[in-house]
Amino acid sequence: MSKLPPYFSLPERIWHYTFWAICFLVLFFLIFPLFVIIPLSFNAVPYFTFTKEMLAFDPEGYSLAWYQEFFNSLNWQGAVKNSFIIAFFATIISTFLGTVAALGLSREHMPYRTLIMSLLISPMIVPLIISAAGMYFFYSRIGLQGTHLGVILAHAALGTPFVVITVTATLSGFDNDLIRASQSLGASPTTTFFKVIVPLITPGVISGALFAFVTSFDEVVVVLFVGSYKQRTIPWQMFSGIREQISPTILSAATLLILITIALLTTIELLRRRTEKIRGVTPS
Amino acid sequence: MIKTPEKIELFTADGVPLKLSLARVQRRSKMVAFLMVSPLLLFMVFAFLVPIADMLLLSVDNSIVERILPKTVKSIKYWDPHDDKLPDEAVFAAMVEDIKKAKKAREHTKIGTRLNYESSGFASLFRKAGRKVKKINEPPYKKALIKSDKRWGDIQTWRVIKQFSSGYTGGYYLAAFDLKRDFADGSVSSLPEEDSIYLKLFLRTILLSTTITFLTLIIGFPLSYMLAKVPTRISNILIIFVLLPFWTSLLVRTTSWIALLQQEGVINDFLILVGIINEDGRLAMIHNATGTVVAMTHILLPFMILPLFSVMKTIPKSYVRAAISLGAHPWIAFWKIYFPNTAPGIGAGSILVFILAIGYYITPALVGGSSGTFISNRIAYHMSSSLNWGLGSAIGVILLLFVVLLFLLYDKIVGINNMKLG
Amino acid sequence: MYEGESMKTFVRVITISVVMTMASFLGQALAATELVVVSWGGAYTASQQNAYHAPYMKKNPGIKIINDDSAGSAVAKLRAMKQAGNTTWDLVDAVASDAMRLCDEGLVDEIDHNSALANGADGSTATEDFGDFIVSPCFVPQIVYSTAFGYRKDKVSRPMTSVCDVFDLKTFPGKRSLEKKPINNMEWALICDGVSPSKVYDVLGTDAGQKRALAKLDTIKSNVVWWTAGAQTPQLLADGEVVVGSTYNGRLFKAIEVDKQPIAMLWDWQVFDLDGWVVPSGTKNKAEVMKYLRFATDTQRLADQAKWISYGPTRASSAPLVGNHADLGIPMAPHMPTDPNNAKTTLLYNYEFWADNRDEIDQTFNAWLAK
Repeated sequence: MSKLPPYFSLPERIWHYTFWAICFLVLFFLIFPLFVIIPLSFNAVPYFTFTKEMLAFDPEGYSLAWYQEFFNSLNWQGAVKNSFIIAFFATIISTFLGTVAALGLSREHMPYRTLIMSLLISPMIVPLIISAAGMYFFYSRIGLQGTHLGVILAHAALGTPFVVITVTATLSGFDNDLIRASQSLGASPTTTFFKVIVPLITPGVISGALFAFVTSFDEVVVVLFVGSYKQRTIPWQMFSGIREQISPTILSAATLLILITIALLTTIELLRRRTEKIRGVTPS
Repeated sequence: MIKTPEKIELFTADGVPLKLSLARVQRRSKMVAFLMVSPLLLFMVFAFLVPIADMLLLSVDNSIVERILPKTVKSIKYWDPHDDKLPDEAVFAAMVEDIKKAKKAREHTKIGTRLNYESSGFASLFRKAGRKVKKINEPPYKKALIKSDKRWGDIQTWRVIKQFSSGYTGGYYLAAFDLKRDFADGSVSSLPEEDSIYLKLFLRTILLSTTITFLTLIIGFPLSYMLAKVPTRISNILIIFVLLPFWTSLLVRTTSWIALLQQEGVINDFLILVGIINEDGRLAMIHNATGTVVAMTHILLPFMILPLFSVMKTIPKSYVRAAISLGAHPWIAFWKIYFPNTAPGIGAGSILVFILAIGYYITPALVGGSSGTFISNRIAYHMSSSLNWGLGSAIGVILLLFVVLLFLLYDKIVGINNMKLG
Repeated sequence: MYEGESMKTFVRVITISVVMTMASFLGQALAATELVVVSWGGAYTASQQNAYHAPYMKKNPGIKIINDDSAGSAVAKLRAMKQAGNTTWDLVDAVASDAMRLCDEGLVDEIDHNSALANGADGSTATEDFGDFIVSPCFVPQIVYSTAFGYRKDKVSRPMTSVCDVFDLKTFPGKRSLEKKPINNMEWALICDGVSPSKVYDVLGTDAGQKRALAKLDTIKSNVVWWTAGAQTPQLLADGEVVVGSTYNGRLFKAIEVDKQPIAMLWDWQVFDLDGWVVPSGTKNKAEVMKYLRFATDTQRLADQAKWISYGPTRASSAPLVGNHADLGIPMAPHMPTDPNNAKTTLLYNYEFWADNRDEIDQTFNAWLAK
């Protein structure tokens, strides 16, 4: 938190603290529901309730049963595997196609830019249930329903808009003189691409790819329609048994995912700081 | 008279007129740009746009009747449904023949299911006919068919078949607008109040989605502002709080809100503990519209914060400082200088949240009770439960048109090229 | 958002894991014939695993049975598979009404019950043994289940004995959970509004009858939590969110006996329904699946399933063999919906009526809900 300048008046001070209080409330609102999950995932009974034993911190009220089920069940193992496979390939497709398209869209002489841009980001605009239904009809017709390829293509389509948008946004501030400068200094188009353009768009590409990855990883509506057991992802597995049982196993799966996410995001942040230190750039 | 000066033509070094050369370069540049976009465009057309078009077709497709009852469709053309007379023997004969053939292909119940969407009773009528027709081998078919089930002698039955005998139908759209067509004279009227549902659900969906969008904006704005103001070192850590829910499964977050909001849930228990409410005054915050709004605001909040944050990050701090140093009150400076600059973020966030909200059906189904469900719940119901895919598609298309309108409006106001996500 | 270095590490880790999983996939594929059996998941699939799958795989080491929990969307999925010409399921557990629909549409194969299935332990043929439960030529009955009520015995002034107690807010205040569809609820409402049970469907077939049923439901509407997944009622009862709620009797049995929740059964006017197997047409393992089906539906196996879940076996010859619960050791017979003490007043799901009227009544019902 930044130090208050000494010239701040009392109302300014009050406002300043109120503002921070509001922000922390919002952060709390964002994060609290996730931390509720963690104790519930150790529940001894298969319900999402804080039992009396749990509240009294009686060891009887807690158990690792749901974690055992998660690690021992073939269904969950397959789901974890599939989630990564599908999200990985979908991300590759959307990142590659999306980046190339964004480079094209950002060129000076792109014809029908707005129309094409609208078509390319339409999967983000069309309500999911509609996309899911349409894909389900068409993919069944051409034999893609119930295949890994079908789910990967569907997820790639859903993830691409994020890549297109983030990369185009990075390029919107791009100074085309840089390309001309590089070329007038004798660089080949390839050299210009790798030495000038790539470093500049990389942050946008990575952030778009992360969005695409999450979109696929957490997507449930389309995978329920287009996928089948063999393509079960983690969200698919969470939903498929819901008629008979909402098993707390989904909570243990979620807890593990939360921990992995925290670890991943922290590692990336630490690595980023290290890189910056090596490069001698201090964070602003 | 003044003599117009001769046009001076410029040439490039190799003797080509400059104008021509420039045009050529521009054409090539256009070509290259288009070539770069085309792989994705092709992919999108195949993986996404054709499927959506497929659904459009499905919402008007009625070819099943002509396919399964070809002879009947042909011969019923000459029958006037306004007449209070049953169709003649030829139509009955065609029907018997069609059903026999359909029975063999195990398709006679499909036609029953299709027509049952329009008028109750057709499902059993055709299933029964499938069992009975094998005994009807000689004329008079009319008498024999009516003997097998007296509903074949009801003129209304034939009016329904006649009305839905063409290859395309607007019937699903009528149903999606709570309208119906009179089987006898073809006039359109609205359904009685107790049977109309879709308009009500459309309105509710828009109302609740607007509320949710507004809430995410109110809640998300201060946090994004704070994230943009603090040093990157801190904002990178705090942004994890925003990303974490974003990465956590929808079902899990919904479940968590059930545990929090229910009558014997965490929040009610807490309120009792601190004495705000007593044991009998437990609040009903779930299985109603409140539950839907709270849970969905939480689920969609990151989609508001991320674009807002990314736009706010790019607003130079000097703008507001300049305004203040020129004597503007900090509030005025914020409102007149900073706030307008956040418009693209607000636009992107709002449209994203709103559109995601109207398409959600899983959370409303679990926490929405009867007052918190959306139009998408009905689409999902028709897609996976009643299997009335035509009606589901028609509702979907209407919803889609609404979204496209909204999007065009957004493009007019903000411009899609200004969309940012973080 | 993030810099390239870390992303590279991230990508490398993922690539390695993908390669490894691909390799393990290949290894699995060579091992055995896989039969994909589609069922409902949870305790129900577990009971099938214990009673059918495990012993069958022990006897036939070349077979590997895979549980797919997506029976809830079976009709839609089978339609898609048929259209795509790629049937990836071998056997599907379906409720009777879905089985009829699938059979009508030619999405599942017809079965000659007497030759395909084992005779009863008492020597009767399969058709005799299953009797009226063979509701469709494609359907091999497996269990009788019922939709009944469970209530929190610690939250009521006296035990609930009649389904009409659900409509009695004065004696039993609190919320109720009912399924979010007209089926069953409309019948109960009419019975409690004084319609003679034998006339229920005649009345329900008319507009006035539907209005009457909804008017009765109106009296408790503001106190109803509508469920869409069978697991919700046990959860709502365990949480104390509702006092009484309807769901499948096997789910209530688990909550009461296995999870020891303070819940009791209200069997009055429970609605019977059947659940059984259908064989998707176009399965690539037809011969293997028929062998499995013969085994899994014999007298002993059907009786065995009742060791794990309180659904009644559909073979008459299995009834005397129903024993004790596998883990708890309590006799299962008193927990069966078909037990004479529980089945004093019952309805049977009226397949024909609902096939005809479901679309229309569902519209009316949902319009009423949205009001």
